[in-house]
Amino acid sequence: MIVKRQPLNWAERLYLPAVWNGFKITFRHLLRRKVTMQYPEERWVVPEGYRGAPYLVRDQDGNTKCVSCQLCEFVCPPKAIKITPPGPEGVPADRLNAEKMPREFEINMLRCIFCGFCQEVCPEEAIFLMRDWSHVGSNRAEMIYNKEKLLTLGGMHQDKIQKWKHKLEEAKAQDMFPVKQ
Amino acid sequence: MSEAATAKVFKPAPPVDRITVKVDGQVVVVPKLSPDWQGKLVPTTMIQACEAAGVTIPHYCYHPQLPVAGNCRMCLVEFGTPALGPDRKPVTNPDGSAVINKSPRPAIACATPVSPGMEIYANTPGVKAMRQGVLEFLLINHPLDCPICDQAGECKLQEYSVEYGQSATRFVEAKVHKPKAVDLGPRIMLDDERCILCTRCIRFTRDFVGDDALGIVNRGSYNTIATYPGHKFDNNYTLNTVDLCPVGALTSKDFRFEMRVWFLRETKSVCPSCGTGCNLLIGSRENRIYRYTPRDNPAVNGPWMCDAGRLDYKWIARDDRLKDARGSRPEVRTWRDVLAELAGRLRPATAGSVAIVASARLTNEELYLIRKLAQRLGAATDTIPHLGDGDRLLVNADKNPNTAGARLLGISAKPAGANLNDFAAGIRDGLIKTLIVFREDVTRFGLGADLLGRLDTLVASNVLPNETTKLAHFVLPGCAPAEKRGSFTNIHGRVQRITKAVEPPGDARPEWEFLGELLELITDRRAPATIEGLFNQMAGEVPAFHGLRWAALGDSGVTMPLEPGK
Repeated sequence: MIVKRQPLNWAERLYLPAVWNGFKITFRHLLRRKVTMQYPEERWVVPEGYRGAPYLVRDQDGNTKCVSCQLCEFVCPPKAIKITPPGPEGVPADRLNAEKMPREFEINMLRCIFCGFCQEVCPEEAIFLMRDWSHVGSNRAEMIYNKEKLLTLGGMHQDKIQKWKHKLEEAKAQDMFPVKQ
Repeated sequence: MSEAATAKVFKPAPPVDRITVKVDGQVVVVPKLSPDWQGKLVPTTMIQACEAAGVTIPHYCYHPQLPVAGNCRMCLVEFGTPALGPDRKPVTNPDGSAVINKSPRPAIACATPVSPGMEIYANTPGVKAMRQGVLEFLLINHPLDCPICDQAGECKLQEYSVEYGQSATRFVEAKVHKPKAVDLGPRIMLDDERCILCTRCIRFTRDFVGDDALGIVNRGSYNTIATYPGHKFDNNYTLNTVDLCPVGALTSKDFRFEMRVWFLRETKSVCPSCGTGCNLLIGSRENRIYRYTPRDNPAVNGPWMCDAGRLDYKWIARDDRLKDARGSRPEVRTWRDVLAELAGRLRPATAGSVAIVASARLTNEELYLIRKLAQRLGAATDTIPHLGDGDRLLVNADKNPNTAGARLLGISAKPAGANLNDFAAGIRDGLIKTLIVFREDVTRFGLGADLLGRLDTLVASNVLPNETTKLAHFVLPGCAPAEKRGSFTNIHGRVQRITKAVEPPGDARPEWEFLGELLELITDRRAPATIEGLFNQMAGEVPAFHGLRWAALGDSGVTMPLEPGK
């Protein structure tokens, strides 16, 4: 089928109405609220509950909360988490009666799919998906975050229960300190 | 086998009294008497009848290889016995079935003998309620520190909590706190809070080992497992209590906080640390061995094994393992070149100029290939005995796992090690020009560096470096038993399979692989390329192994007569 091109009429050949219409649209948008974000100068502020990168947290007393139970390593679908347990000769945990603390805790942010299973499975509320959504590194090794980095990025989490502290106080009240000093 | 021997082995068993009982409506016939932990015949209990019917009764303190204590109460079941009329005859229903008098009280299945016509109810609502109740009491003072507990994943308390536990505790009082991380002995750490006082560990060390080391002190809620003040829990079998402990109270200092058990891949194998050949499971993850645990084999070790064998795995991961094959010149580095050069040297060797010091740490298949090599070269062979301390239970004084195999294959002299003096004399006189050493440091057994220096060719195959491998012209890096397949013959003639759990480091290869290739280069006849083929060929050729097949060995092995022909 051949569509025949209609010849322009006088008004159209003048072009000025079309130019005017174009200016109208431009001015209308000039007055509207701006929606384009000037990334990377401007950053998106994610809403509450957003599942970004998983980080380790400390409690309000500055203790590492992770006890190296390795459930997150087990549940992690893309196997992004690698934990090195302390072993029998490992450094004592921050909270003495918690006995355990990871010697090393690595999350490969290239592998992580931000599913949140690690946070869900954690029995110690030690790992949380935080609001960080942008990770930059110049090589693969840089994208594997170690324990120190994860704890720094995670910061402090207000622990309402403080299970281990409670246990310690309960034991002390019974005049039986439960951990070898 | 002669007819007399056959008759001896297949003597008809004495007639067994049998009892018919019903477990959850299912009829099961059990012997009236069953062997207890010592093998003595005692009345069959309800838990054994239930096991025979395929119904597993939850339990903590009961263990088939230990005396019955009956203290955990987890195995409570309901039962009934046939009602008897005034004439002492069973009362029957109109349809002919026996009237059952249900017992008003439950009974513990582990300690109650069965009687004819007894009916056991193992899954009624009442029984479930009892299990829930028992479990709730056990959990009252339990610290619930599963995230830091090494037992998590193989814990009976966790398993039964899934089936019979409550989602939340009803106990509002403060839990009784007991000592944690108590140093019981050189290999055992005790967490008293987790203990449920089943006394399995106490019975094991008192009755099986004969070392009455553990006991319960204090009263009521303050009951704790302890050793006598100032004494240590230290015998050859302490680590078995870690397996026995249904909860995480007794933990191994060696495995403590090392790895969560659900990550470990379990490979069925055999302990290479002494002549007993205990069956074990190798727990490994990502090419690293984390622990050995015993594997039940009533014909060899039962469910136990010794501490020394259990901890004898660390050398496998040592950094100084031999990783590279080495020939006489530095440019000969690959296996192909090394074996070709070695074959070139061995092929023209005259009979009597080659001596082979094999090792009873090698598998039957490897010793069989060494035997073929020795036959082709006309070489004398021997092994070096390694003797240590034994005990009356599982530890054997013979620290070689395959002494019997080396003897049956004709590798060892009589007695083992008797040829070593001849080897020394032969080297001194210049008769022996080539010495091949497997898995031994001969410099410690009379063949010093001065003697080895006189040799034209010294070949050393080993796993770890030693003085002999340093002096050797050819180094052939081999594998630890956990890195290869094969079979060992224990001191009682039981042929058992070992299985590969981890990869060997670097270029190290299983001895049977490179021995087969070396033999092919020398004889131009190909050795079987699989361990199955090699074993079956050996069984066909060597009289002591006649009638054996690799597949027939199974997981628990087959016992062969140690004196063939008798």
